[in-house]
Amino acid sequence: MLLIACPYCGNRPETEFRCGGQAHIARPSDPGSLSDEQWAEHLFVRSNPRGVHAERWNHVHGCGRWFNARRDTVSDRFLETYKMGETPQSQKSTSTDSTSTQAEARA
Amino acid sequence: MRRFSLSSLLSESLKGHRGWGRQWRDPQPKPAYDVVIVGGGGHGLATAYYLATVHGITNVAVIEKGWIGGGNTGRNTTIIRSNYLYDESAALYEHALKLWEGLSQELNYNVMFSQRGVLMLAHNLHDVQSFKRHVYANRLNGIDNEWLTKEECKEFCPPIDISGSLRYPVLGGALQRRAGTARHDAVAWGYARGADARGVDIIQNCEVKGIRRDASGAAIGVETTRGYIGAKRIGVVAAGHTSTVMAMADVQMPLESYPLQALVSEPVKPVFPCVVMSNAVHAYISQSDKGELVIGAGTDQYTSYSQQGGLHITTHTLDAICEVFPQFTRMRMLRSWGGIVDVTPDRSPIIGKTPVENLFVNCGWGTGGFKATPGSGHVFAHTLATGSPHAINAPFTLDRFRTGRLIDEAAAAAVAH
Repeated sequence: MLLIACPYCGNRPETEFRCGGQAHIARPSDPGSLSDEQWAEHLFVRSNPRGVHAERWNHVHGCGRWFNARRDTVSDRFLETYKMGETPQSQKSTSTDSTSTQAEARA
Repeated sequence: MRRFSLSSLLSESLKGHRGWGRQWRDPQPKPAYDVVIVGGGGHGLATAYYLATVHGITNVAVIEKGWIGGGNTGRNTTIIRSNYLYDESAALYEHALKLWEGLSQELNYNVMFSQRGVLMLAHNLHDVQSFKRHVYANRLNGIDNEWLTKEECKEFCPPIDISGSLRYPVLGGALQRRAGTARHDAVAWGYARGADARGVDIIQNCEVKGIRRDASGAAIGVETTRGYIGAKRIGVVAAGHTSTVMAMADVQMPLESYPLQALVSEPVKPVFPCVVMSNAVHAYISQSDKGELVIGAGTDQYTSYSQQGGLHITTHTLDAICEVFPQFTRMRMLRSWGGIVDVTPDRSPIIGKTPVENLFVNCGWGTGGFKATPGSGHVFAHTLATGSPHAINAPFTLDRFRTGRLIDEAAAAAVAH
């Protein structure tokens, strides 16, 4: 079981949380103008990286709030958690990681 | 290939079984092949086998980064069934089940396919209605599936507690009698041996590091840890690592990779006659021929490539097992492990072309790919050989996520499966 640092409550066991999947996927600002390909990408295509992954978590059995996290999918180690709207601290140090920067560029 | 027969067994038994030899070669990769298959699991090896036997294409390499059958093929709970709801899925899994029924003879290799029956338990009214709908849909598709009352369930599988004292009491079950289990390693080995005998090169300890493309964008070969290998066609059958491999050709996949765990108990005498699945309380259980109870747990909630999952996931499954089968509360669990499964948004596989010319993919089998191994290999071999899908895998395109023509088994089963 993972120990997850909720930015509001501190370290709590994984069973208090729900993972909300890949983070920083922005909803299209003008949905009517999207092609089928763009809809498919928005709805279904995921970065699924072997490495650092930006993802959303909800402290559902705690404060109930959503936050973002950066986690290594090979070791499952959390690099950091940060509040919605904040920029991750490790962004600069891992700027060579193309997959996660792509994901964030999309947002 | 030396065939296994009564006479070969007798002659070897007189010689102390020292003359069997290697069952497949360990070749050096050639500079180029007609078809290169990335991934030496059951699906990849079956694809190579059917390319050779059905389509006569033997200039084929199966490239495996570890050892064959060492990924999800060797990590699943070996359940085989075909009672899926939708016509497309039912056709695909029934195709596989029919191939399973003759597989040991076909391969001259005992895959220990045992049609002991798979019983899916219903614990609430929704389950009852949903399973009965499955039974009727299956029968319309010519697939055996029948509804059992709880007393009939108890008769078919005596360890089940039907007393009604459970938090989620057993109300009945859907039974597919032709379903069952097989020996997973033997499936990989049997296909490897059969493919190798027909000239397919099985190249282990060889990791694909890149996919080379020409000026027009078409795939022309793979960069590996053992050098460049040219290919007229490439089939990616890399299960949980499909996203990573396809990213080498700049193809983004609608996949997420999750850890899925399983565990076995200490071996005991025969106590469990069939396979029982319970979606509602999430318990999958059967007994191997060695006597171990083989138990399947759920996926973790986050994507991962760690090949291990959280302890609370297996604990949750064991809680359910002990509830439905009280006699197992004192069993000791011997081993647990995890595999990485690639899950699509609609929980149906993707078998077919990609936007890149000459690059084909067979992935997205999620938590239930083992049962489809022969059928998956058979239709994917057809796709690779002819360049267009077999009628059975035609609906399972990558393009369905654009058109919206999903095959939504996720909603049909209401559980990862």
